[in-house]
Amino acid sequence: MQHTSTQDTFVGLFVASGIIGLFFLAMQVSNLSSFVSEDSYTITARFENSGGLKIKSPVSAAGVKIGRVTAINFDPKTFESVVKMSINSKYNALPDDTTASIFTAGLLGEQYVNLDAGGSDTPLKNDGTIEITQSAIILEKALGQFLFKSAEEKK
Amino acid sequence: MTAFLQYLGQSTRISFTKLGRASYFLLQILAGVLSLLARPRLLLKQLYSVGVLSFLIITISGLFVGMVLSLQGYYTLSDFGAEETLGVMVAASLVRELGPVVSGLLFAGRAGSALTAEIGLMKATEQLSGMEMMAVDPIKRIVTPRFVAGLISMPLLAALFSAVGIIGGQMVGCGLLGVDDGAFWSQMQAGIDFRDDILNGVIKSLVFGFVSSWIALFEGYDAIPTSEGVSRATTRTVVNSAFSILGLDFILTALMFGEH
Repeated sequence: MQHTSTQDTFVGLFVASGIIGLFFLAMQVSNLSSFVSEDSYTITARFENSGGLKIKSPVSAAGVKIGRVTAINFDPKTFESVVKMSINSKYNALPDDTTASIFTAGLLGEQYVNLDAGGSDTPLKNDGTIEITQSAIILEKALGQFLFKSAEEKK
Repeated sequence: MTAFLQYLGQSTRISFTKLGRASYFLLQILAGVLSLLARPRLLLKQLYSVGVLSFLIITISGLFVGMVLSLQGYYTLSDFGAEETLGVMVAASLVRELGPVVSGLLFAGRAGSALTAEIGLMKATEQLSGMEMMAVDPIKRIVTPRFVAGLISMPLLAALFSAVGIIGGQMVGCGLLGVDDGAFWSQMQAGIDFRDDILNGVIKSLVFGFVSSWIALFEGYDAIPTSEGVSRATTRTVVNSAFSILGLDFILTALMFGEH
């Protein structure tokens, strides 16, 4: 009888340590902890070109991450990219003349949406739309323009 | 020529017959799962011999694999000045691939071979037919508890392997090589997704646990009841489990991580 009870203890320890391992992976290693129980609201911005922006790309204001991109769709009528973002409800006082632009973190880093607060007194509501946007800078396009310009100057 | 064709046809038929027996055997195992709930003590005993006894080899291997990953990754990443991404690299390769696959291979070597030898010997010493004589179903009594124990242990062992490996990688990366501790963890948390990476790793390890327990138990149950037959069956368990784990890993990876 003594033997089976130590065996039970070891099995218990084993299962517990396995579950702790899983819990460690979920909380410490993955981004699960940043999702848990945060209320958020959705805003939409229309870009001429959303470049390499992806679903789950960060949305930041003044360098602080305040939300994530939840959907990117192509509008077949206006030929624009419609980007939906979910913003943490803590930051619900963004003015309705906020500007959205797509920047790149570092030279080769991932792209993110940057929100620049405007001066209006009315805040953006849930499902609100950002009117003033600035598209992603496409490196090939910029390079092409630069080369074209320098060729013109040489003539 | 005719002899060769005959040999070819015969060996094909034999392997299909074996596959058929293995499938029937799996159905019999699954049929016994419900009646196992009435006798949890049988399962507990097998959890001890399958899971607890594999604990040490899994954690120690995990620690060393994580440490080596961190060391190798650092030398490559520092060429590009990207040492801060060491955390993502270590965690992604452990959680997605190395955790389930290496612990699956170790599991097949440590627990699978033991299961085959145990059941093969039970068959050789006619314990299984003795049970049948006493109207005890040997599959329900002997095989199903071992199968369920393997299925439960594998995801836990793989999670432990990954967790210990990440801690080992952190120790080497931040302690020995001087990567910033905060960057290590924050880059890792930004780069690893719970559903896409960790849950898919758990699904992989469940599949590997299912397949390698099935192979080990079937080879033992199907062994020729002599000492030579049992030793051959044990070899086949390790070889076939390794093949199936690596092959299935490719298929599962293509299915899970394909759409990105």
